[in-house]
Amino acid sequence: MPLLKILYSFISVTSIGGVLGLGLAIASKLLQVKRDEKLMSLEETLPGLNCGACGYAGCSQYAEAIVKENEELTLCGPGGQDTASELADLMGVKIEISIEKKVTQVHCRGGQATSEYLYSYRGVMDCNAMYLLFEGDKVCKYGCLGLGSCIKVCPTDAIDYDEEGLVWVDRDKCISCGKCIDVCPTGVMKWVPYSADYIVACNSRDKASVVKKYCSVGCTGCKRCEKKSPEGGFVVEDYLATIDYKAKGERENAADDCPSKCIIPAVKTATKVST
Amino acid sequence: MRRLKTFPKGGVHPPGNKHLTSGKAIINAAIPSISRIPLQQHIGSPAECLINPGENVKEGMLIGRSTGFISAQIHSSIPGVVKEVRDIYLANGFKSKGVVIEMEGEFDTLGKRQEKNNWEKLSAEELLNIIADRGIVGMGGATFPTHVKYKIPKHAKVEAFVVNGTECEPYLTADHRLMLEKTEEIMEGARIVDKILNPEKIYIAIEANKLDAIEVMQKAVSLLNKHAEVVPLEIKYPQGDEKQLLKAIINREVPSGGLPIDIGAVVSNVGTIFAIYEAVVMGKPLIERIVTVTGGAIKNPQNLKVRIGTPIGDLIEECGGFSEMPVKVVAGGPMMGFAIYELEAPVTKGTSGVIALTKKEVKSNNQTPCLNCGRCITVCPMGLNPTLLFKEIDHMDYDSAMEEGLMDCKECGCCAFMCPAHIPLVHGMKLGKYMAKKKKEKG
Repeated sequence: MPLLKILYSFISVTSIGGVLGLGLAIASKLLQVKRDEKLMSLEETLPGLNCGACGYAGCSQYAEAIVKENEELTLCGPGGQDTASELADLMGVKIEISIEKKVTQVHCRGGQATSEYLYSYRGVMDCNAMYLLFEGDKVCKYGCLGLGSCIKVCPTDAIDYDEEGLVWVDRDKCISCGKCIDVCPTGVMKWVPYSADYIVACNSRDKASVVKKYCSVGCTGCKRCEKKSPEGGFVVEDYLATIDYKAKGERENAADDCPSKCIIPAVKTATKVST
Repeated sequence: MRRLKTFPKGGVHPPGNKHLTSGKAIINAAIPSISRIPLQQHIGSPAECLINPGENVKEGMLIGRSTGFISAQIHSSIPGVVKEVRDIYLANGFKSKGVVIEMEGEFDTLGKRQEKNNWEKLSAEELLNIIADRGIVGMGGATFPTHVKYKIPKHAKVEAFVVNGTECEPYLTADHRLMLEKTEEIMEGARIVDKILNPEKIYIAIEANKLDAIEVMQKAVSLLNKHAEVVPLEIKYPQGDEKQLLKAIINREVPSGGLPIDIGAVVSNVGTIFAIYEAVVMGKPLIERIVTVTGGAIKNPQNLKVRIGTPIGDLIEECGGFSEMPVKVVAGGPMMGFAIYELEAPVTKGTSGVIALTKKEVKSNNQTPCLNCGRCITVCPMGLNPTLLFKEIDHMDYDSAMEEGLMDCKECGCCAFMCPAHIPLVHGMKLGKYMAKKKKEKG
């Protein structure tokens, strides 16, 4: 008898499965949602990272916006130039592509060794959490707080602590999504062109006398860089030097002569080890 | 024996340590030579600065006008010259514009006999205007502008008015001393509020660790012509929070995101009631408050009557300085207060205590991973799941945390107090609220 029982249950389960499967097969044909071919191919062209750099929730939403709302084709940060031109081919339009890939970088090299601190922090390991308490534990209110909220949000692990224990962005891994800029409470994370050779690694807009008190690698706004590399595009405003990267002159002289050594190469070479 | 009333869910029993100051009468602190008065000492929009550097100010002069619906007036606590108007850090970690005043000239009210105003003839509207004009805010710590709280919407009716003398925070004895020493004044203040709100019943809530205050208030309660009652409450933190208090006394729950007026109740701290008395009867703006300066590291703990804007360091000096180096100096109560890093920070309208804690008292330890023991859930008086909220916030999922009821968290600190893994849960909640607000502002 047990054999028969097994047979019965086998037959009943198989037949129920068969009927339901057939139902599904028919339903999939009848109730199929037709998708736009163009949309599909656009989606395939996009990197599929869903990083949100374009301003949309994900790649498929951006593709939809291109088809339905004639959204601009050059918004994809991670895809860059190549994706933009592929998108243009698919949409059958010609666009002038002159976007240069931009990456983010931390504009601060102040750490335990070089900067003054107000208090010892014990709390949630998040920059914004520390920012709630007197705008961070550094005396400088513009610098990197160093708890790595940007490291946490980076989708490609491009940001990490370097050998000096300071936060640094690997420009080759950066996909220009801008999430780190959004999360950073002090605004020390800023855009630079991919091709940048030097950056001014300081964000302090305090006066020279104040900066000197709390940080040995802070920009004092002495304007020496403007004089040493007049073609380098250095602009000092609010006691802080910035580089206008449209200027293509040399910047090495300025970097060498900077009294607080805060003009540093934008790409770390193996030879640059902590002092 | 009848059981003492309390709230049913959660709560903790931190060591009280009130004996340090509970027997010490309130004494006047020295008037500071330099007073830093922040223009944001209340919840809501900051006051608008009315004076410029170099100008002379008088004691009690209006220096900040309230802007917007939820805001409060700011007055000068000392006569003198305005040295500068600059950003100063408050004890809670936020920045506010502040007025720095250097003492100079004569005091108009100090040491002089004041005429008592007859307020009985004034209407409720006029009384409210006086309260708004004198810059009265909730003195329990939340510093919600009192005139806004007492502006009852038309459809609502005040059934219960609770005078909150619970003082459930450990160490603090400011309200306790006030009830003992200024009993009649508090009763008169309560009568003023009675006239404004016209409640059906008045309750005076006091935790059972202040038996002398209960006795004194019970004797004086006949001064109130309304049906008034002193309610002794079980010793449990956070008994003094208005939501817990109302659940204990009138057994009603304030709805999520709502105010006590939604259930027909208004709660005010005894400190606030005393400030109302001083404002209405004595015509004095809120320029002073009682601060308990205490903790294991203070040589001679005391209850001081302090001018707003006095540096916290001055108060500690006044109490004999430190007997040993404290590991933490906290402005406010030890459960909800804020650790400060510099003793320059000014006393504000919400500073109920200054506590210098020794290493033994702080019991700080390194943070370890969450054990999922659920103790934070057991003690949360709001019935939230702090560990889940913290994990969501830690993973930057602020939307989920909001759905889980992050906004109902009032940062009472029970969860962090109980956490065996020493996770800074309350700090996490604050971060979550801040980020959610930031996200909302961005759109």
